[in-house]
Amino acid sequence: MRTLDQTTREILELATLQFKVPPGSLRAEDDFYKKLGIDSLQTLDLLSRLENHFKIELPDYEVQGVSDFKTLAERIQARL
Amino acid sequence: MSKGRTSRSAVKEFRGAALRWEWRDGVVELTLDFEPLNEIGTVMLADLEKFVAAFDSLAPITSACVITSARPGGFCAGANLKELYQGALPLSPKKRATGMRAFLKRIHVVMNALDAAPFVTIAAVHGLCMGGGLELALVCDLIVADKMARFGFPELRLGLIPGFGGIPRLRRDVGNGFIRDLLFTGRTVKAESAQQAGLVSHLAGEGYALQVARSMAQQVTKFDAETRVAAKKFLKPIPYQELQREIDLFCKLFSRPVVMESLPRFVETDEPMKHLPVAEHPRNP
Repeated sequence: MRTLDQTTREILELATLQFKVPPGSLRAEDDFYKKLGIDSLQTLDLLSRLENHFKIELPDYEVQGVSDFKTLAERIQARL
Repeated sequence: MSKGRTSRSAVKEFRGAALRWEWRDGVVELTLDFEPLNEIGTVMLADLEKFVAAFDSLAPITSACVITSARPGGFCAGANLKELYQGALPLSPKKRATGMRAFLKRIHVVMNALDAAPFVTIAAVHGLCMGGGLELALVCDLIVADKMARFGFPELRLGLIPGFGGIPRLRRDVGNGFIRDLLFTGRTVKAESAQQAGLVSHLAGEGYALQVARSMAQQVTKFDAETRVAAKKFLKPIPYQELQREIDLFCKLFSRPVVMESLPRFVETDEPMKHLPVAEHPRNP
């Protein structure tokens, strides 16, 4: 079972790779909409990648209003 | 397919405002290509009507049809809500419902014709497949989905139900638990979940849905045409009565003020995913 810290780290790594940002430039508290400059279509793409990576289902209504990686990690942790 | 048979009048190639098709070796490939994401309004509908009108000429030489999208964002984002809203705005509630019923009848003629197409239809889905786009995929005999594809019916967010035949066709194909989850939560599901529910036949790797669908289509061409047509009719009856009830319910819901109050939130933005909860986040507060 992953810890919340591990889950957060994996999300940051996945987002770093997917959106091609410099390694280490993303932090748990970052607003991913602002930091990654992504629109809602890309957000859904990220959601799919997270679901596939963690092998979970994360309904989009559970990430409604979520904008930082830390809270996103908590939502994912609840589904692991 | 009957080898050696040709039809001089077959429309083997077409390029319209919203889509194009091309016939080759017994397979017709229909490519949706209408900005931003193949929204189904009067332009897309008119082109789909042309495709359906070509069935009689294509049938003798066609075993399979692949429906795909050239838009990078996905297969189809659903109905053209902007056109729907702008068209309905100046009308009285009664005239709105009348206009909507006329539009739905046209759509249903096309959807029913696609559903009963005299060849095997395969939707190659990538990215977004929502609302009317999912209804278009549902008329196909088979759905091949890119593993990153997402499916959903967000209509309840607008105070509506799917109106292009979605619920009756979902009920034909998958279980009620999945249908109610999609409808009542308005959430999107990933391709793998859609496959587990029975909606998707094959999962393809990222970027490979069309290739997998083409491979399936080539396999289909190997079998006897008469058997294929008979099997399709037996396997996939069209739920006409339920489809008519859906039109009636949709028009009843559409005439309520809540719909016209909801629509502006979804049309007065350029967000491609405006109907999803993730789009409601204020990205630039």
